[in-house]
Amino acid sequence: MANFKEISPDAPVAEKLLNWVDNRFPASKLYKEHLSEYYAPKNFNFWYFFGSLALLVLVIQIVTGIFLVMHYKPDAAQAFASVEYIMRDVPWGWLIRYMHSTGASAFFIVVYMHMFRGLIYGSYRKPRELVWIFGCAIFLCLMAEAFMGYLLPWGQMSYWGAQVIVNLFAAIPFVGPDLALLIRGDYVVSDATLNRFFSFHVIAVPLVLLGLVVAHIIALHEVGSNNPDGVEIKGPNAPKDANGHPLDGIPFHPYYSVHDILGVTGFLVVFSAIIFFAPEFGGYFLEYNNFIPADPLKTPLHIAPVWYFTPFYSMLRAITSEMMYALILCVLAGAYFGAVRTQLSQIIKGGVVGAAVVVSVLMLSIDAKFWGVLVMGGAVIILFFLPWLDNCAVKSIRYRPDWHKYLYGIFVINFVILAYLGTQPPSPIGERVSQVGTLFYFGFFLLMPWWSTIGETKPVPDRVTFTPH
Amino acid sequence: MSDTPVDSSKRTWLIASTCAGAVGGVAVAVPFVSTFQPSEKAKAAGAAVEVDISALAPGEKMTVEWRGKPVWIVKRTPEQVESLKKTESQLADPKSERKPSELTPSYALNQARSIKPEIFVAVGICTHLGCSPSDKFQTGAQPSLPDDWNGGFLCPCHGSTFDMAGRVYKNKPAPDNLEIPPHMYLSDTKLLIGEDKKA
Repeated sequence: MANFKEISPDAPVAEKLLNWVDNRFPASKLYKEHLSEYYAPKNFNFWYFFGSLALLVLVIQIVTGIFLVMHYKPDAAQAFASVEYIMRDVPWGWLIRYMHSTGASAFFIVVYMHMFRGLIYGSYRKPRELVWIFGCAIFLCLMAEAFMGYLLPWGQMSYWGAQVIVNLFAAIPFVGPDLALLIRGDYVVSDATLNRFFSFHVIAVPLVLLGLVVAHIIALHEVGSNNPDGVEIKGPNAPKDANGHPLDGIPFHPYYSVHDILGVTGFLVVFSAIIFFAPEFGGYFLEYNNFIPADPLKTPLHIAPVWYFTPFYSMLRAITSEMMYALILCVLAGAYFGAVRTQLSQIIKGGVVGAAVVVSVLMLSIDAKFWGVLVMGGAVIILFFLPWLDNCAVKSIRYRPDWHKYLYGIFVINFVILAYLGTQPPSPIGERVSQVGTLFYFGFFLLMPWWSTIGETKPVPDRVTFTPH
Repeated sequence: MSDTPVDSSKRTWLIASTCAGAVGGVAVAVPFVSTFQPSEKAKAAGAAVEVDISALAPGEKMTVEWRGKPVWIVKRTPEQVESLKKTESQLADPKSERKPSELTPSYALNQARSIKPEIFVAVGICTHLGCSPSDKFQTGAQPSLPDDWNGGFLCPCHGSTFDMAGRVYKNKPAPDNLEIPPHMYLSDTKLLIGEDKKA
């Protein structure tokens, strides 16, 4: 048993109570470790708002979600009407619903910004690999959560979007069709599908999501936050004060807790403006076709996923049987490079060539549809490997060669173009552009071990760049 | 701790009980995963549908629901039937040789993929990812379609195109021709969808 800490009998009641709790539960200890004595670098900038904002949006989604479930009916015959009932008849129901639907899009905006921050400042590099991996898992969960939530209003887009995504699983050779059947629980998307998606959306995925968020924060607080300079403020050689606290750090509370209120305020201004003045956001946050009840006999003339899925959707559409030849060429080029231009042992080289031949044969024999699904999934999964793809000598973009900045710029522009194309109806030009974009997206990551080592890095300072104000 | 020799009989029992526990865990998972399967009610809802096509004019399409899926019945004009010859060179599987047991019943293994050349019956679900293609019976150049378009169907989701017999064009995301459901004529104007003479 731990030592009981005695407190003076004259102490105030509140202090006595806290002492009583602390002897039984590490309340003060947790508070100190994660807030009042969690030292965060002093030089956080604008990009560091998005972590706390993501947490805020998570809370908004959970709270509004709880209230929506009180009125929503997960039944194919009643779902659409119950959402309209919330919108029209439940007092203030429209506000709760718009908060939830806008919150979904806000979540992705905030998370994409948060991920971009990690990307440019090398926040995924050693020792923060697990912080990054937990984060990627959160992103994956979020996509599942958003996708299943989108079925619930049972509108045309809900229905046909679910139909398309569930059928993606049917593209897997051998087990695919049975797997799709298992997901739908029926031969088509139906009441059974709606009910299980409801269950996943309101309980299963949120539980996993919350667990991952806790893991993400525990891992972060174990290794300490990165910063725009990529300087380790808690490293063995980092300057510390007499108490062993990093000189470049400052307790999270009250400095950053107050600082984040600024971010929250700015966010809420924009968030409320959208809720009150443009909740559908021109058909991007709530697609117009979703105001038509689901009709299993008629696909809307133009169907597209919600904007946050469109970059990945574009990559799915880019994989046609023509594109497969380009991909096979890439695989063979990679194998040639591995076999001829590197200094690996003969056995490994043989393995590389053999694997490339096998993959090429499979690529020729299995439908492009399956590879499209694989590319779409791979575009998310590849993010998990980022810590081991980046070989640059420095973490932060600030001290990388200048052309890295342009490359990251092109990466973002490419991502936005793919996102835009995903919202558009298929067209021959769009198809070509998205194919180039897909190759660039994967080239960016797969060639990163090579390009990240090229060029001259700038000297990284010993201390973070910070001017007291 | 590390100095203590391993008690091998204890270890054997630990391994054995862990394995037994794992088997138990998997056994418990089976009923839970099984609930994901289609229920008996969903399996039963697959009855054949009888359709009266007497009112269908040439060039028109009607849609009926069978097993929750849209089934199209198109009465093709002579020009549309004629167009099936012209499209043949641009198709991925003009003779419907792929997966005939799933997609094309033996009585529809012909150029028009139908029992009667003018009446085309197909499941209106794209073989790519399950959207329902839209009618593009108008020939000639139009958005999302080639300039020498001969009439057919366009899937709005990923741009797959099909000719007037539901045969998929080359180099499109959809791998296969549209499915022809089992069907038979009860009379000249009565179709039964979901059953054929074999059954």
